[in-house]
Amino acid sequence: MTNSQLTPGIAAGRLGAGDYAQNFADIAPRYDPHEARVAADRCYFCHDAPCMTACPTSIDIPLFIRQIATGTPEAAAKTIFSQNILGGMCARVCPTEQLCEEVCVREVAEGKPVEIGRLQRFATDTLMEKGAHPFTRAEATGKTVAVVGAGPAGLSAAHRLAMKGHDVVIYDPKPKAGGLNEYGIASYKTPGGFAQAEVDWLLKIGGISVENGKALGSGLTLDGLKKDHDAVVLAIGLAGVNALRADGEELNNVLSAVDFIAELRQQPDRAKLPIGRDVVVIGGGMTAVDAAVQSKLLGAENVTIVYRRGQDRMSASAHEQEHATSVGVRIVHHAAPVRVLGNGAVQEIEFAYTEDRPDGLKQKDETFRLKADQVMKAIGQTLDGAPDGLKTEGGKIAVTGAGRTSVPGVWAAGDCASGGEDLTVTAVAEGRDAAEDIHAQLTA
Amino acid sequence: MADLTTNFIGIKSPNPFWLASAPPTDKEYNVRRAFEAGWGGVVWKTLGSEGPPVVNVNGPRYGAIWGADRRLLGLNNIELITDRPLEVNLREIKSVKRDYKDRALVISLMVPCDEESWKAILKAIEDTEADGVELNFGCPHGMSERGMGSAVGQVPEYIEMVTRWVKQHSRMPCIVKLTPNITDVRKPAEAAKRGGADAVSLINTINSITSVNLDSFSPEPSIDGKGAHGGYCGPAVKPIALSMVSEIARNPETHGLPISGIGGVTTWRDAAEFMALGCGTVQVCTAAMTYGFKVVQEMMSGLSQYLDEHRMSVDDLVGRAVPNVTDWQYLNLNYVTKAEIDQDLCIKCGRCFAACEDTSHQAIAMSEDRTFSVKDEECVACNLCIDVCPVENCITMRQLQKGEVDPRTGKKVGDYANWTTHPNNPMAQAAE
Repeated sequence: MTNSQLTPGIAAGRLGAGDYAQNFADIAPRYDPHEARVAADRCYFCHDAPCMTACPTSIDIPLFIRQIATGTPEAAAKTIFSQNILGGMCARVCPTEQLCEEVCVREVAEGKPVEIGRLQRFATDTLMEKGAHPFTRAEATGKTVAVVGAGPAGLSAAHRLAMKGHDVVIYDPKPKAGGLNEYGIASYKTPGGFAQAEVDWLLKIGGISVENGKALGSGLTLDGLKKDHDAVVLAIGLAGVNALRADGEELNNVLSAVDFIAELRQQPDRAKLPIGRDVVVIGGGMTAVDAAVQSKLLGAENVTIVYRRGQDRMSASAHEQEHATSVGVRIVHHAAPVRVLGNGAVQEIEFAYTEDRPDGLKQKDETFRLKADQVMKAIGQTLDGAPDGLKTEGGKIAVTGAGRTSVPGVWAAGDCASGGEDLTVTAVAEGRDAAEDIHAQLTA
Repeated sequence: MADLTTNFIGIKSPNPFWLASAPPTDKEYNVRRAFEAGWGGVVWKTLGSEGPPVVNVNGPRYGAIWGADRRLLGLNNIELITDRPLEVNLREIKSVKRDYKDRALVISLMVPCDEESWKAILKAIEDTEADGVELNFGCPHGMSERGMGSAVGQVPEYIEMVTRWVKQHSRMPCIVKLTPNITDVRKPAEAAKRGGADAVSLINTINSITSVNLDSFSPEPSIDGKGAHGGYCGPAVKPIALSMVSEIARNPETHGLPISGIGGVTTWRDAAEFMALGCGTVQVCTAAMTYGFKVVQEMMSGLSQYLDEHRMSVDDLVGRAVPNVTDWQYLNLNYVTKAEIDQDLCIKCGRCFAACEDTSHQAIAMSEDRTFSVKDEECVACNLCIDVCPVENCITMRQLQKGEVDPRTGKKVGDYANWTTHPNNPMAQAAE
């Protein structure tokens, strides 16, 4: 039996084999050297450049672009990696249109920024493909640091600590290191096993061991870690998913968008991934867009993102939203789920229209229903599995300065820590800065 | 449409755009294509003496430098004069001229520095009905090692001598092509005039090595790991050419001597600038070698539009800027300007700030919110901010009016006064 986009219910193999390859190919392939030079030449080498200020990791962007323009992408890569060891992934996933490229003087002047993200990828790919690691470790300090979580924040902290001469053990519950880089980013942004290749390359610094299948609460305790190590970094991300708080949420095929994306990333044969004919994604962020777009790319006929507020409040960038609509995803604003309907499994979902009022978001009486074989929740993640005894703030581990928690000797970085946006690049910056702070304390 | 017809030392052409003696004019096939594309004239690639022709290298003969997006800015070559038999060239010249009587066809010549050789070549070309000759005293590579080309052009006495022979043994109009590889271009131009030249053309190419291969350590273009200097041309040499042209145009000894301008002419605008500095025609090579012969169409339409808009004829344009070329000592020291930044146009890149703060006069202020403004009390009006600003007309110069106080010096702007009368000048003459 051959499935198609019109096959009712949830089915795998809705598309032809070639379609999958095309749909999940690299969305923004690497520049060839000539393209890179042309793009690099547009950079004005600004004084005290706004792009550099806008970068959470403060990469010296004008310098690395000039290094590309003069034919030394390897030197450019080192400029990038010295500030952001995950510069390769950030080149692929950073919402540059909201960061460096948004403030590029050529964006302001002409509406066409220097393509910083793609230039960064050209430089980092060039160096990484040579296989060598550009940094060496300082003399061993004899100190050990535990890093809990092998996502961007944890990897960044571990690398910087190892570089400073400390020995690092990273603990992670998942079978592979990488965190959201491995499990949480749309496939077309990082095809070809890049996330694992990047982890392998990063670990070449030496002095870092990764222990998979271990998490706080399952094999690890904060006290135990503190006892065995000179410092602890918590980079555990946000493992919980917010509930819809709508009737019928427990029906089958109401799932977390995060889980859907993770499963997709781990299945190399996309034709084996079942997807509904009608898919509804609830939320307004990057996760919602990634889930919706990939549902469409897997062959769903109708994919709708429903967001409870207006477009201006969506945390997915305009660029991401455009990408979604360009592949055929419909985005509905100002509607909140009230009921999930179905018999065992979801069949429909009912929304109430909403309006923003001075006293908050209000649901109106008018409602509508959407057919849904699958409902994906992408309404934010929550801190889950944080050890007791740490002060929290706004649902995150409270930190001061460079990631210091309320418990001495324990730092937190990345999405689990208070402050900063939940972005890969921010997590990298926080991990790096926590490592520097730990180093300063351990060597004081 | 403005009338672009040109009469240059009696040689008529429908427009002042000629192809220079160079690879594009080596063969009938190319020249016919050039005339079909609209070129007003052609200086046929340099002919040598009868006998076995010269040979060229069999590896790369051109090197280049590039700007953004591989835009060719400068080209160099180590090609010699024509490597085809003399009789073939003569036959082709005659054939082309017969079919394009309205176009200028000038023959470039280079033979050994003795009267008999020149007499012989002039006799050989007599029958072609070409409009004139151009003496190649400029070629700086290869031929110069054999005592020809720029080896002649660097010795004014030789220029005069050979030019005199040519005028003696031929009735054809004679253009002397000058080399820029000298210290004072006025001397060879004066020599050409003394020898009876009807015009000079300049500049020929400049001695150059375009780059060094950092793996093989050979100069480029590389011939089996070695390189010899070539002749540099293209947009990069235009400023040098303009200056040399202007020196000849304003030199009392050579003022009024017709000039055919050469050196990086790429657009109608370049051509118009050469003409304003006294050139009756311009000669083009690199632009054609980069983009093909069609570029002449832009040159014709552009010059025509410019002349129409300014209600000028070609003759009105030629030499119009010459009176404004002067010596430094006569520049008005009471012409005081200050840079001004248009905040609406400014894109806040800060290049003006970096340039001024690091390398000039600390005359630009930068605020917390990246607003850049000029400190009049520090600004010497050097123009560097304008030169490095990526936005055209964002920074401009405002002239201080007479009587206005220059905040930098605290002095009022006065009437025209130059260095010759300045109190700091030990040689100053008392003002009358």
